[in-house]
Amino acid sequence: MPIQTEPITINLGPQHPSTHGVFRLRVTFDGEVVLDVEPVFGYLHRGTEKLAEERSYTQIVTLTDRLDYTASMTNNLAYVRTVEKLSDIEVPERASYLRVLCSELQRIASHLISTGFLMQELGTFGGTPLMYCFRERERILDLFEMLCGARITLSYMRPGGVTQDAPEEFWGALNILMDEMPGYIDELEGLITTNEIVLARTRDVGILTPEMAIDASVTGPMLRATGVQWDLRKADPYEVYDRMEFDVPIGSVGDTFDRYFVRISEMRESVKIVRQCIEQISPGPVRSDTPYFVRPEPGEAYAAVEAPKGELGFYIVSDGGISPYRCKIRAPSFINLTVLRDLLVGWKMGDLVIVFGSTDVVLGEVDR
Amino acid sequence: MYGIGLARGMAVTLKNLVLVNRMFTVHQYPDRKIGPIGLARRSNTNVFAFVLKKPAESIKALVGLISVEDRYPQHPRFRGEEFSWYEQRCTGCASCAKYCPLGIIKIVTERSGEAVQEGEKYGIEVFDIDIGRCMFCGLCVEACPYDALHMGSGFEEGTYERKNLVIDVERLKAAPKRPSNWFRPQHQGKKYDPRGESALDWDKAGRHEKPSLDEQTDRWAKR
Amino acid sequence: MDFLTLYEFIRDRLPESLDLEWLAFGIAASTLAFLVFNVVISATALYTWFERRLLARIQSRLGPNRWGPFGLLQPLADVLKLMVKEDTIPDDADRPLFHLAPIILLVPGLMVFTVIPLGDIPFENGSFLGRLNIGVLFIIGITGINALGVFIAGWASRNKYAMFGAMRAVAMLVSYEVPMALALTGVVIMAGSLALTDIVIGQNVIYLVTQPLGFLVFMTAASAEMSRTPFDMVEAESELGSGFNTEYSGIKFALFFLGEFMAPLAAATVATVLYLGGTRGFDPIPGQVWFVLKAFLVILGLLWVRATWPRLRVDQIMGFAWKGLFPLALFNMFLVAVEVLVFQDPVTGAISSGELWMIAGINWVLTIVAVVVVAQVLGQKRLKRPVPVPSPLANMNAGSE
Repeated sequence: MPIQTEPITINLGPQHPSTHGVFRLRVTFDGEVVLDVEPVFGYLHRGTEKLAEERSYTQIVTLTDRLDYTASMTNNLAYVRTVEKLSDIEVPERASYLRVLCSELQRIASHLISTGFLMQELGTFGGTPLMYCFRERERILDLFEMLCGARITLSYMRPGGVTQDAPEEFWGALNILMDEMPGYIDELEGLITTNEIVLARTRDVGILTPEMAIDASVTGPMLRATGVQWDLRKADPYEVYDRMEFDVPIGSVGDTFDRYFVRISEMRESVKIVRQCIEQISPGPVRSDTPYFVRPEPGEAYAAVEAPKGELGFYIVSDGGISPYRCKIRAPSFINLTVLRDLLVGWKMGDLVIVFGSTDVVLGEVDR
Repeated sequence: MYGIGLARGMAVTLKNLVLVNRMFTVHQYPDRKIGPIGLARRSNTNVFAFVLKKPAESIKALVGLISVEDRYPQHPRFRGEEFSWYEQRCTGCASCAKYCPLGIIKIVTERSGEAVQEGEKYGIEVFDIDIGRCMFCGLCVEACPYDALHMGSGFEEGTYERKNLVIDVERLKAAPKRPSNWFRPQHQGKKYDPRGESALDWDKAGRHEKPSLDEQTDRWAKR
Repeated sequence: MDFLTLYEFIRDRLPESLDLEWLAFGIAASTLAFLVFNVVISATALYTWFERRLLARIQSRLGPNRWGPFGLLQPLADVLKLMVKEDTIPDDADRPLFHLAPIILLVPGLMVFTVIPLGDIPFENGSFLGRLNIGVLFIIGITGINALGVFIAGWASRNKYAMFGAMRAVAMLVSYEVPMALALTGVVIMAGSLALTDIVIGQNVIYLVTQPLGFLVFMTAASAEMSRTPFDMVEAESELGSGFNTEYSGIKFALFFLGEFMAPLAAATVATVLYLGGTRGFDPIPGQVWFVLKAFLVILGLLWVRATWPRLRVDQIMGFAWKGLFPLALFNMFLVAVEVLVFQDPVTGAISSGELWMIAGINWVLTIVAVVVVAQVLGQKRLKRPVPVPSPLANMNAGSE
């Protein structure tokens, strides 16, 4: 006699130790297998786009810090580039190098968080890899504190350049960190990449095919893990990326392990880029003369950068005043979330949390 | 392969346990417990000599009753909570209030009844900064044309009531001025450290003259 | 000192005429129980402190260091906190079973300590319970009650998530008892008897060296029995709820906690006796110190593993037990049996030390072979990483440059 079973819908609620932020997932299980996934978000909505219509262009920089709060520099950069595109402001070269340097440092910090939390969800109790990742991230945040006085919500960039030049002690500390970082990433890889338990749990789990990824406009490390070569820093170079030599790592299968591995490899490439920035940077001004209240011509502009989570773009419509008429943010985490159902259906409960962790979603971006 | 990767992970963990420069990357705040060895090192004596000289303190340290302050210093550019305001320079133009994204600064200046001469200042009645809602972005400091407002350098402003978090003009006038170096290159040029040294009076805190483009190119040296 | 000597000591002191043997029995039993209980629970409390400090040092941070010197009073603070918490009982919970479950979980761990031989060779008194000549069987049987305790806890809570967690836990615990028992038969065959005292006496060369496969299987199965990483999906908070102890709070939760931390101590002492030679050691240092040192090493190993490896998924754990550990344990048992048959002196029943070393050599080689074979069966090919091939769908060098 066949046993009659019934699927059960449970709520991985907004308060949960392993959803990255306040995120609700209504999952329908049949025993251990996931049948359906319904993400519910909006718990962190703060009305950024509406608030941006009431603030001046420079004040919005502080709003953009808080979008993807793990990678504040790239948010600032995307926004500031859009304003410069809109109002044709020129950026001095030293400012451009500083921007690229900070973006790459921020990429390392953000990927460290992503890797650490992925391992935390895999179950290293107490989080040994998490603690190691955070220990190194602390050093990067100390560098940021030297540069702009804050650690996470930086608001370092302005339309026209960056706020301030780096003090002398910054370069010494940066050199030391960049010398030690590859050895440190090797150590982290020794702990994680060859670990059979990690491999057994992440290999061939949550596979995303290239066609599915491109159809859903997934960008960032998730897209590159499926094998598609697409990185905005190479395809459409901005700032001084066209003078940098670096590789873009891609994955082979598109499973969770590939997503993790692409992030670790990107950290190594970021170290290379930072070293090249340190060599190529030359003295000069760091901010061009812009008024406090920027008034661009009426028009619209879209500019995107390769944030650690994907392609972060700002679309600003200006009507000639000191605030934008409309500021639309293309948040990569939000768009990457749309493939969650395809990634999760058919897998087991234990894979749910890991696959969700590997999509590297930050709720600040999703909800804005 | 066959468990070798697992063994490699364990080697990494062992290395982090044993190597001395990986230990204790933790700073405890605001004080940490110290034992007799640490106490001896702080007073620059041998451990044994210290124990013989001060046995009661050594025993208390061993039991865990002695703690020393350990405040990790921030970089001088840290955007702190208390604000440093030089009233001798402030003209009451309210640029900072206009530039604040959250609208926290409230400035009420008194009416003088006459046309204000150039070079005179408004009398300031109310100058409130609400640090309960401030996000310490520093845009107000960036906006001030007379270098009168500077970011502070501390962060220990906790109170029991929210209304005590509003800094009014009397408190701004009376506080010792330890301006942070953020967006004030004149402090940085003099290597002023707000956490260490004494307060900076308004005549010693310089003004920043904006240099020409050539000077900008020459002055910010590479490293 | 064992129960029998204590009982006779007290009985001889009491007046003969009043026929107070039951009183002597009671006093002896309660003294021993008091001693074992207190010592083991204090050791567990100290072990929680040690584990938190060592895990923290591995993670480049400090552990608890506020209460008392080096944080040694931290377990006391934990217990006080748990004692003053409200003891919530769900409305439709099965009350007698609900109150009983933590006790059922705690007692087997304590009872394991009563049969460990702690004296010196030749063990005239044996362990606390005397010369128990079915020691190994007793241990295996007692640790089987753990599964029962977990299931009762999940059932009595009347909470579907607790039940869910408890069922998975019971499945795992029951399937890991089989390799553990089979690994122990290897030890029993080589020693020739089930008594723990005889096993210690028979270890001229410690069984870790002569039966590495058995030790590996035993430690892995014991880790799973204790729900320690990498098999701790029982308490994985990142999955649903908190497993079978969701509805427990206050002192009952403290008892669960205690039972969970007592398990590594128990497993370490059992492993020391069975595989590392118990109180054997070199002369100037007394045997008990050697025992503590060896147990300490085993505990360090367990902690090190906990700090480093992530956890396996439920179906992977079950697969590993039945497809990996079970064949290895069977292979080990047959191997040891064959070797003992070949090398044993038919008259005295003893194996000389030279032959034990030969057995050790053969076993180490065969261990490596067996592990490689089983790993192949379990699917090593899946763990190899293919070379990335760029997909033609989007090529960033195709357009602009």
